[in-house]
Amino acid sequence: MSNLFDLLVAGLATGAIYALVAVGFTLLWQTSQTINFAQGEFVMLPAFLMLAAMHAGAPFWLAIILGILLSMILLGLAFKMLLVDPMMRHGVLPLAIATMALAIGIKEAVKQFFSAEASPFPSIVPTGDITVLGHVVSLQSIGVLVVAILAVFGLTTLLNRTSLGHQMQAAAQNPTVARIIGVPVERMILLTFLINAFLVALASLLITPIYLAKFSSGEVLGQAAFIAAIVGGFNQVRGAIAGGLLIGVLDNLAAAYVSTQYRAAVPLIFLIVVILFRPQGLLGRAEERTV
Amino acid sequence: MKSTLLVGALLTAMTTTGAFAQAIKLADVAELSGGGATVGTNWKNGIDLAIEEINAKGGVLGRKLEVTHADSQSNPGVARAQVQKALDAEPYVLLGPGYSGSVKVTAPLAAEAGITQIMGGEAAELTQAGNKFLFRTSFGQQSSMPKVAKYIHDDMKAKTVAVVWVNNDFGKGGRDVIIKDLEARGTKVVADLSTEAGQADFAADVGKIKAANPDAVFIYLNEEESARILKELKRQGVTAPLMGETTLIGQKVIELAGDAANGARGHVGLTTDAPVDLIKGFRERFSKKYNYVPDHNGLKGYLAVYMVKATTEKMGKVDSKAFADTLHGLTIKAADEPGILMDVTFDQNGDIDRQSFLVEVVEGKQVVKQVLPKLK
Repeated sequence: MSNLFDLLVAGLATGAIYALVAVGFTLLWQTSQTINFAQGEFVMLPAFLMLAAMHAGAPFWLAIILGILLSMILLGLAFKMLLVDPMMRHGVLPLAIATMALAIGIKEAVKQFFSAEASPFPSIVPTGDITVLGHVVSLQSIGVLVVAILAVFGLTTLLNRTSLGHQMQAAAQNPTVARIIGVPVERMILLTFLINAFLVALASLLITPIYLAKFSSGEVLGQAAFIAAIVGGFNQVRGAIAGGLLIGVLDNLAAAYVSTQYRAAVPLIFLIVVILFRPQGLLGRAEERTV
Repeated sequence: MKSTLLVGALLTAMTTTGAFAQAIKLADVAELSGGGATVGTNWKNGIDLAIEEINAKGGVLGRKLEVTHADSQSNPGVARAQVQKALDAEPYVLLGPGYSGSVKVTAPLAAEAGITQIMGGEAAELTQAGNKFLFRTSFGQQSSMPKVAKYIHDDMKAKTVAVVWVNNDFGKGGRDVIIKDLEARGTKVVADLSTEAGQADFAADVGKIKAANPDAVFIYLNEEESARILKELKRQGVTAPLMGETTLIGQKVIELAGDAANGARGHVGLTTDAPVDLIKGFRERFSKKYNYVPDHNGLKGYLAVYMVKATTEKMGKVDSKAFADTLHGLTIKAADEPGILMDVTFDQNGDIDRQSFLVEVVEGKQVVKQVLPKLK
């Protein structure tokens, strides 16, 4: 039983990070129909930007700020202007393939300029344990969970409670009408790219101390977050959150109770079941598009 | 005047090509990228250092050594292609790869070409296939695992043990030998956990270890995964003593795992912290050249080149066909060839006999707790 509790906590902590990454997926999809297959690499890169800042002599807190700012410039602004905008007019598929190429490019660049070896990464949460409901739980798991929940809470408040959030939603739901009523649609789209970059940088900061900074660490994350977004519902932020948590827990339970070899298969099987029986995702709404 | 110039140019050309023809060519195929990058990079740097030293002292039998490095990308398929390419250039000796899986698929190629292969793999089966051209630079699992099992049973006094291993040739080979040996000594294996190479999340595996509540945990993974599981064991508060092999307590693991590596113990065939003067000297020269402390793979690469030197000097000629025969049964003494660092004997299978060490990580440093003597 205590084992199950440990697994749930560890699963939720990993799932919360998947959720951050998956939310980014859904935001980009909703506002600009971008399926970003480089999302995993987007999580890997900020850790290296922070490490580079630290190697240059910056203290950890400054490295975090620089890493997040640089991520927003590179993975938000530059990504949108240099890749998404020029490719968008050719359709969703060429853009998706371009993001795949970008993923390979980022990975190889990190390997080339940094190293193919893993590097240690400091944790923002101190190591240690606390007792929750009679169970010993690591501060790191709790810290990851809390930061991720705060980020998601902040985002949903922004989207649902502020004028800016409403404008973003309007721009996502019906850009033409939004433009007519005076919403600066282009700026709203850019804002979602910046938010996505912020979320992946945050995820990077949380996951890298556990997974280590390595050029290939985005592969697993990108896949997990992609599955989470589809399972939860690609067109709903709350769907991506639920999907992320669910996949995190499912992955850990599968590794413990099914087998380590098949752990990667269980979320995929779940994905197939969801696509067969509820194609819009668990919390998503059905939408029709002309193809 | 013209003819003098022509003769001069011809002479220069002849001496230059002459110098090239005289160099002894070695080929190295190693894990320079991918999961084994730590292994391959150390191995390569060890080789380069040894060659630089030997050439600075006039080479082997008056001839310089030259090496080409190729990247296996830690992938047996790529390793096979790279080794085939290297063999086509007819090297004197083939060095590498470091991963057992890559050695397994490349050894038949080298044997067929009649070229001696000096490698870093430690899987038990490698030297048991009757290959007459394959040599180790470190202990095979059949020599090291019995020492580990004895230590777990006699010194750690563990009655139950959890075994965590990586599901590849290296991990499975070690797991098979140690489980057999532990059970023969009466130590019960209460958890037998296979993990995947490159695995990032060890929460579930550590959960299983906690549930099994063993007296000791034996961890047999590659370096990066070792660091991740050490962190997770600390995170989940597992207090059972941790035992492993070189891969659990290597420099890279200590760097990656930080505090979590403290207290971990391992049997080490080669360590740069060994209380041996020649090894200390090697560590100093290596650290000075590359700005980091090498792990055992750096030592392996370095030793591989000195094996080439000692064997060639024993033969008194550069003869790739007679090389393997000469190395079988050869004992190289550190007193005669300081580059070999410790006395070593090669048997008819290409396995080695040498003293080894029991190491514990104390405050981020490898501390040698016991020296285990040469078997024969």
